[in-house]
Amino acid sequence: MTVERVMGAETEYGILAPEQTGANPTVLSAQVVNTYDTLFHRALRARSSSQWEYSSESPLADSRGGEMSEEQAHPSQLTHRAPVLTSEEIAAEALKESGLYAERLDWDSVTMNSILPNGARFYVDHAHPEYSSPEVTNPLDAVLWDAAGDHIAAQTVATIEVNATESGLPKVNLYKNNTDSKGQSYGAHENYLLKRSTNFDDVVAGLLPFFATRGIMIGAGRVGIGTKGEKPGFQITQRADFFERLVGLETTIRRPLVNTRDEPHADINRYRRLHVITGDANLSHYSNLLKFGTMSLVLNLIEAGQAPQIKLADPVAAMHTVSHNLTLAAQLPLAGGGTITALEIQGEFLDAARELEGDCDAATQQILDLWEQTLHLLETDLFALADRLDWVAKYQLLSQYVSQGLGWDNPKLAAIDLQYSDIRPHKGLYFKLVQVGRMKTLFDEATIEEAAHNPPENTRAYLRGKVISTWPEEIVSVNWDTIVARDPLGTDLYRLNMPSPSLFTKSSVEHLLKGEHAGDLISWLNGQNI
Amino acid sequence: MERKQVQSQQSSSAEQEVAQVEIQHQAREVNQAQVAETDDLLAEIDGLLEENAEEFVKGFVQKGGQ
Repeated sequence: MTVERVMGAETEYGILAPEQTGANPTVLSAQVVNTYDTLFHRALRARSSSQWEYSSESPLADSRGGEMSEEQAHPSQLTHRAPVLTSEEIAAEALKESGLYAERLDWDSVTMNSILPNGARFYVDHAHPEYSSPEVTNPLDAVLWDAAGDHIAAQTVATIEVNATESGLPKVNLYKNNTDSKGQSYGAHENYLLKRSTNFDDVVAGLLPFFATRGIMIGAGRVGIGTKGEKPGFQITQRADFFERLVGLETTIRRPLVNTRDEPHADINRYRRLHVITGDANLSHYSNLLKFGTMSLVLNLIEAGQAPQIKLADPVAAMHTVSHNLTLAAQLPLAGGGTITALEIQGEFLDAARELEGDCDAATQQILDLWEQTLHLLETDLFALADRLDWVAKYQLLSQYVSQGLGWDNPKLAAIDLQYSDIRPHKGLYFKLVQVGRMKTLFDEATIEEAAHNPPENTRAYLRGKVISTWPEEIVSVNWDTIVARDPLGTDLYRLNMPSPSLFTKSSVEHLLKGEHAGDLISWLNGQNI
Repeated sequence: MERKQVQSQQSSSAEQEVAQVEIQHQAREVNQAQVAETDDLLAEIDGLLEENAEEFVKGFVQKGGQ
């Protein structure tokens, strides 16, 4: 067995125009998505013009004979010089092109949905900008391409800010959290590919005790108890208070622990996409690695029919109790009588996973060891985890203010909670803790930036990202499992279906990216019957 | 013989005492360093916080999502 599995992450960012509170969040979200869409398209065009062979051009040659000197020429005539623009100039032009300047907001040219060169989707989801990561094959890559989304979000916020005066558009901040503590929540979802043959009742039975208790590792921490934060205090997770029932299709109301959305974006006869909505948005790489890693191992257990048989009397109530109890010692009632703690439940899942995985690969061993070490420290030395887990880092920081005399109902603590998740590296408190060496990371900034521009190499996200960056003008539409390109010289459309997430990888399609048109590549691939 | 042993025990316990004092001293130094470090961190974080915490928190209103 292995922790490897096709998976992906979705982040809905909290959005705020600090100088225009009350601005329409859908309009602000469109502003965010468009800014980045225009920004990367411009960067692609700048790249393709720099690759153009300029030396053979002579635009100032006059057919009447002779040549105009460069000094006399208008800058726009110097088309044989590769354009050199500063990032500010690119950003300013990007905003102008996006049709978002306040005086001429052009909704016809505003895009609500953008597929990025790294294979991700960046779009307006109701009232939030959402980043859906490209499909990856393992937990570490899931962490990396999720962090790439935060990088993209931060770059977008900076671009909007630099151009705010000229554009007349409001500055926008984005927050990687899950609630405004005024009754509203927005999600950070995980997606895992699951064998269709696995009985869904077994999936539910296996997941309920796991979801009710995994918050002790992957919670992001929150000031306030209750959906409106009505009771002062600190709790382990952002999301727990917003869950009301066990199983259901909804994700925005009456939220269920197990979501039954069955839209695999893959061969429906072979796969199910498990859409997990119970998690918190994590900034810490380690919290995120635990989230994707332990989940994948638990799905192995469920698929093998070896998940621990733990039946909680009330999993929803247990999830709330676990989130509210900072000693981690709360006794959760079992359906058949007796009680169990969150640490004990997680320990049982860990033991079962160790047994099932047996002599496993290094990536799997890493998750098992991290899981074990985390549970051990949660029990014995909580603050030793302040350098790894979001909720412990936040709790330790806030506790220091509390020990100076601030009450849990002091707005300063709620502000710190929010600002922990500010995605601007110079303002966000998570990033500050990393910068001063208080929190550990798994990837450095350069690696994350690389992942913001490039797709993973071992899923179909590779081809998706590469067609966007290779033939940006020819791609008509892209979805998780389809690509449609047009013939630049005619009216023909070329459609490629990609039912398997594991195909169309770098090793199988890279050589086809040297062709002249996207349509040629699609025709060739369709001829291969993949 | 006996006396010697006693002497050596005394000296060894005196050494232990010195060692313990030193350890305590070190521990106090470490704690003070930790306190100073924490104060520095909190001061740095205070410098980053939005100016009016109450207004910022009140203004952070979101529409529900998924």
